[in-house]
Amino acid sequence: MDLSTDYMGLRLRNPLVASPSPLSQTVAGVQRLADAGIGAVVLFSLFEEQLRREAAQNARLADAGTESFAESLSYFPTDADTEVGPTRYLRLLERAAAAVEVPVLGSLNGVTAGGWVDYARAMQDCGAAAIELNIYLVPGDPHVSGRDVEQRHLDILTRVKAAVTVPVAVKLSPYFSSTGEMALRLDEAGADGLVLFNRFLQPDIDPETLAVVSTVDLSSPAEARLPRTWISILHRRVRAALAATTGVEGPDDVVKFLLAGADVVMTASALLRHGPEYAAELLAGLSSWMERKGFATVAELRGMLSVPPDTDESAHERAGYVSVLRAANSSVYGQS
Amino acid sequence: MRATIDGNEAAVSVAYRLNEVCCIYPITPSSPMAELADEWASHRQPNVWGSVPSVMEMQSEGGAAGALHGALQGGALATTFTSSQGLLLMIPNMYKIAGELTPVVVHVAARSLAAQGLSIFGDHSDVMAMRQTGFAMLASASVQEAHDLALVAQAVTLRTRVPFVHFFDGFRTSHELNTIELLSDDDLRALVPEELIRAHRGRALSPDRPFIRGTAQNPDVYFQARETVTPFYARTPGVVEDAMAQLAERTGRRYHVVDYAGHPEAERVVIVMGSAAETVRETVAYLNERGERVGVLQVRLFRPFPARALVEALPASVRRIAVLDRTKEPGASGEPLFLDVVATLAESHADGERAVMPLVVGGRYGLSSKEFTPGMAAGVFAEMERQRPRRGFTIGIDDDVSGSSLPFDASLDIEPPGTVRAVFYGLGSDGTVGANKNTIKILGSEERLHAQGYFVYDSKKSGSQTVSHLRFGSQPIRAPYLVQQASFVGCHHFASLDRVDMLGRAATGATLLLDCPHPPEAVWDALSRPVQEQIIAKRINLYAIDAGRIAREVGLAGRTNTVLQTCFFAISGVLPREEAIARVKAAIAKSYGRRGVEVVERNEAAVERALEGLNRIEVPDRVTATRELPPVVPADAPEFVRSVTAAMIAGRGDQLPVSALPVDGTYPSGTAAYEKRNMSELVAVWDQDLCIQCGNCSFVCPHSVIRSRYYDKSWLAGAPTPFRSIPLEARGLPDTRYTLQVYIEDCTGCALCVEVCPALAPGEPARKAINLAPREPLVAAERDNIAFFETLPLADRSRVDFGTVRGTQFLEPLFEFSGACTGCGETPYIKLLSQLFGDRLMVANATGCSSIYGGNLPTTPWTTDAEGRGPAWSNSLFEDNAEFGLGFRLSADQHAELARKRLTELRDVLGTELVDDILIAPQLRESELRAQRERVAEVKRRLESLDGPTATDLRSVADHLVRRSVWIVGGDGWAYDIDSGGLDHVLASGRNVNVLVLDTEVYSNTGGQMSKATPLGAVAKFAAAGKTVPKKDLPLQAIAYGSVYVAQVAMGADPQQTLTAFREAEAYDGPSLVVAYSHCIAHGIEMRDGLDQQYRAVASGHWPLLRYDPVVRADGGNPFLLDSPRPRIPLSDYIYRELRYRVLANTNPAEAERLLGLAQQAVEQRWKLYEEMAGRGAPRFPADARKDH
Repeated sequence: MDLSTDYMGLRLRNPLVASPSPLSQTVAGVQRLADAGIGAVVLFSLFEEQLRREAAQNARLADAGTESFAESLSYFPTDADTEVGPTRYLRLLERAAAAVEVPVLGSLNGVTAGGWVDYARAMQDCGAAAIELNIYLVPGDPHVSGRDVEQRHLDILTRVKAAVTVPVAVKLSPYFSSTGEMALRLDEAGADGLVLFNRFLQPDIDPETLAVVSTVDLSSPAEARLPRTWISILHRRVRAALAATTGVEGPDDVVKFLLAGADVVMTASALLRHGPEYAAELLAGLSSWMERKGFATVAELRGMLSVPPDTDESAHERAGYVSVLRAANSSVYGQS
Repeated sequence: MRATIDGNEAAVSVAYRLNEVCCIYPITPSSPMAELADEWASHRQPNVWGSVPSVMEMQSEGGAAGALHGALQGGALATTFTSSQGLLLMIPNMYKIAGELTPVVVHVAARSLAAQGLSIFGDHSDVMAMRQTGFAMLASASVQEAHDLALVAQAVTLRTRVPFVHFFDGFRTSHELNTIELLSDDDLRALVPEELIRAHRGRALSPDRPFIRGTAQNPDVYFQARETVTPFYARTPGVVEDAMAQLAERTGRRYHVVDYAGHPEAERVVIVMGSAAETVRETVAYLNERGERVGVLQVRLFRPFPARALVEALPASVRRIAVLDRTKEPGASGEPLFLDVVATLAESHADGERAVMPLVVGGRYGLSSKEFTPGMAAGVFAEMERQRPRRGFTIGIDDDVSGSSLPFDASLDIEPPGTVRAVFYGLGSDGTVGANKNTIKILGSEERLHAQGYFVYDSKKSGSQTVSHLRFGSQPIRAPYLVQQASFVGCHHFASLDRVDMLGRAATGATLLLDCPHPPEAVWDALSRPVQEQIIAKRINLYAIDAGRIAREVGLAGRTNTVLQTCFFAISGVLPREEAIARVKAAIAKSYGRRGVEVVERNEAAVERALEGLNRIEVPDRVTATRELPPVVPADAPEFVRSVTAAMIAGRGDQLPVSALPVDGTYPSGTAAYEKRNMSELVAVWDQDLCIQCGNCSFVCPHSVIRSRYYDKSWLAGAPTPFRSIPLEARGLPDTRYTLQVYIEDCTGCALCVEVCPALAPGEPARKAINLAPREPLVAAERDNIAFFETLPLADRSRVDFGTVRGTQFLEPLFEFSGACTGCGETPYIKLLSQLFGDRLMVANATGCSSIYGGNLPTTPWTTDAEGRGPAWSNSLFEDNAEFGLGFRLSADQHAELARKRLTELRDVLGTELVDDILIAPQLRESELRAQRERVAEVKRRLESLDGPTATDLRSVADHLVRRSVWIVGGDGWAYDIDSGGLDHVLASGRNVNVLVLDTEVYSNTGGQMSKATPLGAVAKFAAAGKTVPKKDLPLQAIAYGSVYVAQVAMGADPQQTLTAFREAEAYDGPSLVVAYSHCIAHGIEMRDGLDQQYRAVASGHWPLLRYDPVVRADGGNPFLLDSPRPRIPLSDYIYRELRYRVLANTNPAEAERLLGLAQQAVEQRWKLYEEMAGRGAPRFPADARKDH
């Protein structure tokens, strides 16, 4: 059984990739994922904004009480207020990449042009096999136009691509007026991979304390339909590799994404729920399904049930995306 | 190369580059030298020969001197840096080092010695106390000299083998920023040739060519051996001259061992040493220009005294000499420099060298950084013109007791008109000083400019005011005194205008920049009458900006520095405006670059917004305000407070005459209550509807501003309308009311009370029973409320439940409103001490934070109760506090015994029942103590009618019949390091003393240096790379004695356990040790989270709560009680909330990870050990072997 997979030019031993989660916050965690047989690991995201906040807080704390009292004009050695920067992240990346055989990808969430570029380059220098741009952007300002939001994605990608030589994937949200077009534009702009989709971790409200609370819910298989739909549409329409993420619970979910056309299937929720060792079960499930269905390689089954490219062309002329999706759903998935 | 640095950096820059070993210990004002050396070493910066000096922090200056001596005997080039008491501790070793002719330079930022009071400020008391050790003494008068003469001293000590103290004036030179020319490594190498170093090494102890050094000598040879060194000293002045000449060849800067300046045929000359020489030299030039014939002789080499050079330098025309000493030697016929000058001239005259013996008078000036100005220098010259100039005069003060002081013209201004002089009044927290240092560096780097900066700080650690004195000019600035005629005054805190006479330093036509919360059109009306008057009289150009608002809006709340610095450059004209703004921005990028983009961007925004928000205010031609300045202290304050304390508070302490001050350092208690500082915009406000009367807020309040009383409701008649009162939550007292009163004018807004309050408002998660609210609107009403509150009855102490936190809120704190940091983690413990035992408490307080906020003038927090009793407090030294406190006990025991003896002798006269009751009275519970007090009062009444020596004797010691509570209080620097040996001895003494260690795990008062209490992995000064040795387990060491009560407490984790431990420790008839976790600003935490951090310290197992009670062991029980549960959070959840640990995780994650792993392991190991001890049983602990127990 050959599970090996190509993802953005990286040779993976199988198409199962650990997506960013607390499991990849330590070298030991990454090691456990690799030991469980995972094909590649995307480290948890480096958040530039968080680093900036931390730097500002450290500076404020290092300043507190200084230059006030003649005996204690400062309380820390002079470089205590030095910006943290991505040191800790990079060190983890470096050690993780050295510790495991499988590719380790860096994940980056920036806020400034300089942040995206500098951190991406630093990740590459520390051994990131590729970089995933986690463009987590909630345009909360209702005056921001859709085009501006799209342009921002393209700008970030272009800058980072110009700065690094390793492959660059864009993890994007599904909330575009035309998600397909966005994907095509990113593809044209040089994205080596598209990761579908980012989940917005929306805050909740606690009626007891009357407070807004931030919670993280793990994804459920039902959520897989949206990315699967788009992967099936984009498969073979984009040069970029496609990574599916969200809603992987059992081996079937992996299989379904592959059939829809995903190059790799990412999961965090299942591994968090069941432990990193669960990767082995997912892979065993994939193998046994392939065996049962007579597939010898992943390549054979990948995209079998994607929307054929020509369907799109004619359908586009007729009624656009929606009707295509309906047609695709009724003909391919047997639903309407 | 030019640089703008301070004297400390100037000296250590040379010392570090020329040494291999630095033995260090922090002491103000020399600490920055040690800190810089440590930092450079931690960055692997090499000396001029390519090796990185080894920097070793010791447990005291005595230790540093010992290590220094050893390093020198080992052949290394070694140095140390110190001041004041530190230098005194080095004296024994200095004799040894000199006696063995060992080359070394000790760099001293000269400082006052603790006499009638401690002082951290500058004078020559310390160096004059070691002049007899055999060390040569070289005095620098400026930042440039501190740099140059550091090199000269090193060059000469190696040539002559005579060790050197190189000193300069503490603060005035050590902390003055000035533009200087730096010495290159080549300069250093040229003056310190390697063959001299090898010769030094060749004299070192070595088993390869063994000899013995340090023998014991007998009457036959000691004397002769002592005389062997004389030629070495005789040669030294000449060698110093040679080295100075060599320096001049390389740098063009010419110094001599003594330097004369002034009229070649001067009749009157001042002889002086240190920074004052600069002032006198400038004044001499000024006076000579006006036709006088005066001169100044600056002594640079004081030991060996350069008699020949002095005689030669002094013009033959001189008829009158005033010798100025910056020290006082009570009872001597004169101060040291004076005596040496007199002896030199007398010998010269007697030998026929000098035809005329001038009239020489000696005087004192500048003690404890007292200003020494051109006006004072001119006053000394004027005095010399009198028929009989005063001998032993003082200048700069008003000595109305002995009449020693000379008059002087305080307004004499001799500075060149081209010098820009600016004064800035800021708050410690607003960044003013930092910004001004930045400004000086910006301007000092301009080729055509010279810059000088000097900073005056507050005596308080919270809400403190800073005053920055800046000068800029085209010539080198030689003005080591404060700016008096400023062309620019920056008022960076509007409210301070009502308390400080800022315009007093403004020259006519000066510019005043006000940081003012009012809109431009309302600025004028917001000023008080006296301020408006001065503005008009001095024709002040007035500018205003709401810097506070701008800083908030750009995300720099409270940090107004960048906004105001920009305004200074925009309106002062010191540089062209556009260029200046560009320079400010460049400086921001440089200073804040390492702090990240966010910080830089916010500061850049502040620059832009400052320029938009700056307004020129039209000054009307007449005063319109009717508002007067508020009184400094209330009119009903005691006389001493009104006349003396108030002057100090108002910044007029310099004008107090000698007669106003106590002769022996004794000051009244409780003066902090008269200084209403109103320092926080936000203050604690009680919400009576939510309050559950638990007492937590009052328990943790670091400034004792939260008080509770209960009283019968009838007392409420006459209460002011806003006075709040609720029924007391207690069964059986239906008519009793409860009030929690916040002293809002003393509140620092730390919010610890809010954090600890358990009562939440339903539906409003942010509201508690105590909240922060703006102070201003509340002040008037709360003043009335407080006045009424103070008329309510105090709780009867014998009826208060001392055993619960809730109960203690009704005990009056006798430690209040201190100047400790906002949110201080130490003061709540001290306050508790004062509440529980205050009326019979004696406190021996080690030098450190607690002695500063506890005893720094002008106002002090230890106070008295309604009966006039209260804690008796004293600070001896840093290194002797345990012993000092034991002395209290010995004395109290002795007098208690004497009282019992006399009482017994008078048994029949005084009444057998009364006497017997007193002699057998138990004195543990408060009710028992109250009863004893009444009995003693009765004895005293009966004694009134008795005569005779026994009765008189008993009267003098009768108070001792009530048991005294002796507490020895200090920080971890004291307990773990400098007095570790003394503490150990006192704990082993078996005597009834109680030790409270306020453990901040770092030297807090001197600015965060590592102590042996600093935990593994924490970053501190002197442990910049993270501490790699674990914290000493002080409790466990004490437990080993078997006779010591030991507790480890953390109020934020378990206040009840803290309370229990304090009471048990006090009740235990033997030595007790309570080690108290004290969160601290030096931990790098949000101070309002301090108690939460205490909780985490305990929950993580870093700080297990425990008690060891020998009484329990004696009763057969297990004396070791583990009061906290098993560690339930990982250590990382505690430590990484503190900057002191995060620093390492950020700069060296691998090392941080390694140390965290080891620290976590240590937590687990210690916990296992403690658990085992908690289950051990009495027989496996050592017995208390004291006979009477």
